[in-house]
Amino acid sequence: MNYETVIGLEVHVQLKTETKIFCSCPAGSGGEPNTRVCPVCLGLPGTLPVLNRRAVELALRAGAALNCGLSGFSKFDRKNYFYPDLPKAYQISQYHRPLNGAGWLEIPTAAGKKRIGVTRAHLEEDAGKLVHFEDGWSGVDYNRTGVPLLEIVSDPDLRRPREAYEYLKELRSVMRYIEVSDCDMEKGSFRCDANISLRPAGSRELGVKVEIKNLNSFKAVERALEYEEIRQRGLLERREPVFQETRLFNADLQQTISMRSKEEAHDYRYFPDPDLVPVVFPPERTGEIRGQLPELPLARLTRFREEYGLPDYDAGVLTAERSLADYYEEAAVAGAGYKSLSNWVMGELLGKLNEAGLTIEESPIPAGRLAGLLKLIEEGTISGKIAKRVFAEMFESGEEPARIVERRGLLQISDRGELEGIVETVITGHPGPAADFRGGKEAAIGFLVGQVMKATKGQANPKLVNQLLRARLS
Amino acid sequence: MTKKKIGPSDIEAVARLARLGLSAEEKEKFGRQLNDVLLYMEKLDGLPLEGVEPLSHVLPLQNVMRDDTPRPGLEQKQALANAPEKRDGFFKVPPVIE
Repeated sequence: MNYETVIGLEVHVQLKTETKIFCSCPAGSGGEPNTRVCPVCLGLPGTLPVLNRRAVELALRAGAALNCGLSGFSKFDRKNYFYPDLPKAYQISQYHRPLNGAGWLEIPTAAGKKRIGVTRAHLEEDAGKLVHFEDGWSGVDYNRTGVPLLEIVSDPDLRRPREAYEYLKELRSVMRYIEVSDCDMEKGSFRCDANISLRPAGSRELGVKVEIKNLNSFKAVERALEYEEIRQRGLLERREPVFQETRLFNADLQQTISMRSKEEAHDYRYFPDPDLVPVVFPPERTGEIRGQLPELPLARLTRFREEYGLPDYDAGVLTAERSLADYYEEAAVAGAGYKSLSNWVMGELLGKLNEAGLTIEESPIPAGRLAGLLKLIEEGTISGKIAKRVFAEMFESGEEPARIVERRGLLQISDRGELEGIVETVITGHPGPAADFRGGKEAAIGFLVGQVMKATKGQANPKLVNQLLRARLS
Repeated sequence: MTKKKIGPSDIEAVARLARLGLSAEEKEKFGRQLNDVLLYMEKLDGLPLEGVEPLSHVLPLQNVMRDDTPRPGLEQKQALANAPEKRDGFFKVPPVIE
């Protein structure tokens, strides 16, 4: 039988605020345990939470980018459970009236754009962190307790592990574009749990789902879902039951492993938090917030393809991060050729930045200067080969390309007379390849051009060299 | 004979969720009391509540928010002052097995 895979993702995004969601403790990460805590986030008796305005603004902006419906009325609920990382024995979350209702995110797939439904995107507070001591005891650090999170729940619209990967990539890109979150999986500011079930192809009913946790990278999400797809198909084919359970992904084994949790379903006994009053805003706010959004990654990708005539791949790489896309556009406006600029940015520039551990914002070569270098190539002032040398030097010194060319005497040799002499010498020096070319072996010209370039330390105009060699050998 | 809204298994489930160990007498006693509470609440069913929005808060307040400005909280020593057990700046707790 053919089965259809059904996947839904729950993503927790840490909002970029200075302080926690319900108290004024700093929201940063790291540092000594229990040094960013106060009576509110420690859940001490007699304290009251007060909502962080910035967290609401960021959450609304995220909702607008995800095309979420805003009801204009939202409130907080308590989610009750006992765990040492939860000092109040309840987490303040939003159950009945989330800030952001149903919306959608468009993702690029191999078969074109696909719209993935978003069920809701609500605010909640993060829990603390547990560490385990060697003697079996545990330690709790409440620094992270109360850090604002936006939980974004997708509809079960994803059909392939690869689509889940694409969804996460797109979601991360959007959240970073709108500066709502750093979305750093390693630092825990972007976390994902996945739900997956299989059903007979064509069936409308959902199969028994399994929740997968401990997913530390987008690749891990994809791998875990691939594993789970195969495991569940095996069970169904052998007519064995799929249990509704939580499974952990083990990256070393590349497998999901049952947590063997208790049979009883979680009962969180949600109820309205009496300590917090509702958040109410007029419907006009929605349009206002939408109006302030920057161009989002997928729209920008499409525009890059159309406006700059770039291939899909280039447009995708260049628009994944807003700062990189900004850099590209700044250089394009400054007059660099679109495709060659794309090659230089994706190749030389990103390569060098990566090597140096720098971000695009920290690039020692500003966009305008890179455009200047590319113009030198286009005008024939320097060869592409020389340009790489100049680029390396610009990266070190931050100097203007034209000045480096002048100081080092790297001007391209486009002087016919000068090159004709060198062409002559090369042909005399390499009678074999010269004869080969005359005999119809087209590839031999490449070797000869290379020899001329070598003789001129890369400064010869390769187009002209090619022309001269052909003229001389015909 | 009063109507039964909840049975012994419900009481046990609620006690388990609240991490309460109840004796047989307590289960019987709290079961009876909870039953009374639920019966009392049932009176609401007799009211014409069509079109009435559920009340989310008894105070006529909304949008109480603060600015995103950090303020120092407690020092580690203060934070841990009432902890029954601590180690290396952490609250020390027994291992949790889910």
